[in-house]
This record gives sequence, C-alpha cells and structure tokens, in this order.
Amino acid sequence: MTTLLAVEALTKRFGGLVAVNKVDFEISSGSITAIIGPNGAGKTTLFNLIGGSIRPDEGKVTLEGRDITGWKPFSVARGGITRTFQTTALFEELPVWVNLVIGHRMRTRSGLFDALLYTPRARREKKETTREVMEVLGFTGLAEYADMPAGTLPQEAQKRLAIAVALIGKPKLVLLDEPTGGVGLEETDGIITLIDKIRASGVTVCVIEHKMRMIMNLADYIIALNFGIKIADGDPQSVCQDPSVIEAYLGECIA
Amino acid sequence: MKKYGKWAFYLLLIVIVALIPLYLNRSKSGKYTIQVLTMAMIWAIATLSLNLILGYTGQASLAHGAFLGIGAYAFGIFVERVGINIWPALILASLITAFLGMLVGLPSLRTKGPYFAIVTLCFNVIVFKVFENWTWLSGGLRGQKVTMPSYLEARWARYYVVLGFLILAILIERQIVKSLLGSSFIAIRSNENLSEAVGINSFRTKLLSFTVSCFMVGLAGGLFAMEKGSLDYTITNYMYSFYLLIYLLIGGAATLAGPVVGTVGLYFLLDKIKGIGEWRYFIFGLILIVVIIYFPRGIVGGAKQFWEWAKKKYYRTGEVLE
Repeated sequence: MTTLLAVEALTKRFGGLVAVNKVDFEISSGSITAIIGPNGAGKTTLFNLIGGSIRPDEGKVTLEGRDITGWKPFSVARGGITRTFQTTALFEELPVWVNLVIGHRMRTRSGLFDALLYTPRARREKKETTREVMEVLGFTGLAEYADMPAGTLPQEAQKRLAIAVALIGKPKLVLLDEPTGGVGLEETDGIITLIDKIRASGVTVCVIEHKMRMIMNLADYIIALNFGIKIADGDPQSVCQDPSVIEAYLGECIA
Repeated sequence: MKKYGKWAFYLLLIVIVALIPLYLNRSKSGKYTIQVLTMAMIWAIATLSLNLILGYTGQASLAHGAFLGIGAYAFGIFVERVGINIWPALILASLITAFLGMLVGLPSLRTKGPYFAIVTLCFNVIVFKVFENWTWLSGGLRGQKVTMPSYLEARWARYYVVLGFLILAILIERQIVKSLLGSSFIAIRSNENLSEAVGINSFRTKLLSFTVSCFMVGLAGGLFAMEKGSLDYTITNYMYSFYLLIYLLIGGAATLAGPVVGTVGLYFLLDKIKGIGEWRYFIFGLILIVVIIYFPRGIVGGAKQFWEWAKKKYYRTGEVLE
C-alpha cells in the first residue's frame, strides 16, 4: 500500500506544555487509521496541526510526498484533506443542502462575474453542485432532512452531516474527530457503516475515537498517544495488548 | 405558475413606484415628497451595500458613511473640477470608492470578529477629520458645488434615475447572493472556521464582498451629490454609518427587501415628524428597541417568519379537517 500522509517528528508546544511531542506516523492510502488515547493526549491538537488551524513548532507533514506543513486550512482542504470537529461544526442556521453546497465550493470556480452575468460556467457549476449534493445526501442518508436548518437535526444526523460536508469536496483523506461523540450507543452503528462506506468509495479515513469496541472492528491501524507522545502503533490486536497502552488508557484489552 | 406570479408582483410594484411622481408632481408639497422619496432611495442603495458585507458576509462595516462621502466627493470633483460627463463620473466615483475600500479591507479583514467594526469606525472618524480640515479637498463649510445637466433639473427626472439605479442595485445583490459566490459569503457569516476547513479562502472572499459593497455605496454617494447639487464635509460623518446600520437592522439584514423597506420607511417617517425636532431621535431609538426585541430579523424577516407560521398553521388545520 502506498503512503498517503506522512507525519515526521511533529511537535507543538503551548508554553511549557508539549501538546504533541515528536510524533511520527504514516497513513496508507485506502485505510482506516484510528488515533486513541486519554483526554489531553494531544489527539485533537494533532488534527489541528495536520489541518492547518495551528502551525507546528517542528516537524513535517507531507501529503502524497508534497510538503503541506504550515499551510492554511483552506489550502490543506483544497490539497485534499478535509475534517470534522469534536464539537460538531455546521452552518447551523442554513438548510442541510446549503451546507453541502458550501462544502462543494472548493470544487467550483464561479466568481463575481459568473454571478453577475450568469455565465455558462455558473450554470454548469450550479448543475454540477446540485448533482453532487443529491448524491451525497443519498450516500449519507440525509435526504429526508435536506430542507431543514442544520442546527435543528438530531445529534446523530448532525454528525453525519458534518461528515457529508467534509466528503462532498472530494478529499483524499478525511479526518474525523470523534464522529460518534455524544451519540447514543444504539445509534453509532449508522456512523460505523458510513465510515466503512467512505473507505469503500476510495477515501482514506483517519478517526479519533474513544469507543474501543468500535475501533477494534473498524480500524486497520491504530496509533496510541499519551501526553503528546506516541506510545504504540500497529494493527488493532497488537496495540490493544501493548502494556503501555493498557496502563495509560485501556486498563485491560477488551478484544 | 407560482414563479410567474412573483415576477408579476414585482413588475406591478415597479409600475406603481414609477407612477408616483405623476401624481405628486401636481402640487408643491408633492414635489417636495418626490425629493424625499428620491433621497430615501439613495440611502436604500447605501443600505443594500451594507447588507452585502454585514447581512450576508457577517462583517460589520462602520465605515460606510465615509465611503458614501468619498463616492459623493469623487463624483462632485470629477464633474465640477475635472469637467467630465456625469455618467462616466458616476462609474469612476464608484470605482475609486471600491479601490479605497479594498485598501482598507486589506489589513482590517485579516482580523476575525468585532475588530473589523472597530477598525472601520476609526477609519470613518479619520476620513471625517480629514474632510473637515483639508478644505482644498472638501471646500470646507462652503462646500463643493455639483452642477447637473439641464435634463436633470426637474425633481421627477432625478427620481427616475435613482429608481433605475435602485432596481439595478437590488438585481446585482440578488444575482450575487443567489450564486455560488454568495454561498461562500453566507458560509463566512455562519461559521468562518468551518468555511476555511472546507476550502474557502475567507480573507479573499471577505475582501471581494467588501470591495463590491464599497462600489455600491460609492454609487449611492455619487447619486447623493447628483440629487443635492452641492456637498460639504459633513456627508462623511460616521453618524451616517450608524444610520445605515439601524436602517438595515430594522428593515431586516440578509434579506433583499429589508434594506429598502427599512430605509425608505424610516427616512420617510423621520421626515414626516421633522416638526418635533430632536425628539424624533427618541422615536427612532424606540422603534429600534422594539424591532430588535420582538423582530430580531427585522421587519422583513419578521414578516417572512409570520408567513411561514401562518402557512404551517393553515396546513395543520387542513390536515385536521381531512
């Protein structure tokens, strides 16, 4: 398998605290990678560093061999990495379908003059956007909510919408920060199925999760963090049985 | 069918508004009312421009008073001192205002949140002081004369010119906010961080919105100079920025009808109660408080909400009856 994303010696300090400390890992194309660890281990900071919302102090992030370290969030997104946020971020007062139109904006180029003169390009891209929105609505099972303001959806549907908004821009890699956080156990199945479908559609997935049972079945590769340091990585079985992971996080291996 | 009905309604509205001067032009007080309406429509164009950057893009510009003045003076100087025809002068004045807007936006739009409002307000205060003191530019208290061609001497003629530009401004804003570009503007208003995470360059998008907005307010400034026939430095007063803000909030931000309804309605009302002097600002404030508490989305937003509610109620009753 080819490497899609490579992270080398990535470090971020907040004052005296080293939130992410010389972390190395690779994500191979077409895989599902999970990042686990106790609260404050630096998982979300790691996502923020890759996504560009904060700049690393040291280290390097490369996407398909291209150095994307320190790129701004919108450049990272256009480069092929989109993400969801731990506290579900949506365009809350806007209808679901408008959320998706916005997500698809980076695949369209219509500007001011296209808008004013309604040029052939504007027409073509509007059609294309509509088609993509319908497709993603179907893919994520959100069609019934299409006209509702995003903020009024049930929690689980909001999580799926956040994933849909990240997907419609056709990323190579999607970073999901606790996609089942705040969702009842019986509702997580829908999201797990969705993540599986995303991988099957050819998009690589990297996910932060706390629900170990879910991760053990879903992930191909697990990275365990504690106090900003990578303490273990490998296939689910070996990480689960790793003594340092059990001590820092799991208590005991449930698999 | 429904779509045609909507367009027919707009067409009817335009015809009625276009017929108003024919009725008013017969009396002296009517001629004065034409003048009030013309001025109200000019302010409505300015409020529409603020709506683009604040209502749709979510960035509170408090420099629109300054840009209105800049557009007005640019127009006046082109016509009076450079001596060019009013129509190219109007376009040039708008372009200059847009360019200056871009220069102001370049540093100030890099910030997020309320900083933009503070920076633009400071800019407006500076512009006001500059126009007050640089009398070679502003003409000081004596002001700047703006001579209009003879075909614009009649009040009703200027009414139609301004009405034409108001319709144009509404159409331009409509084209923008219904487009894919418009969805980027609205995205930034709704959640700037998420917009960036889905690949929208928020700085460039905000800058574009602000530049277009300044073009429109520059146009309003040019029309203001055309209507008044003379200018003095008080037109750059930052109070006008707050007036526009109040017109917009009362009419309904992020709607197309709101800025027009709010501006024309309030401007007309303020003129009617001129007799009570400074007390009218008390009424102004009262209206603002009532609207913000009971109709946070303005008159037009509130009307829309009521319409949705009434429709739902109707349908629910319908279902029960079945």
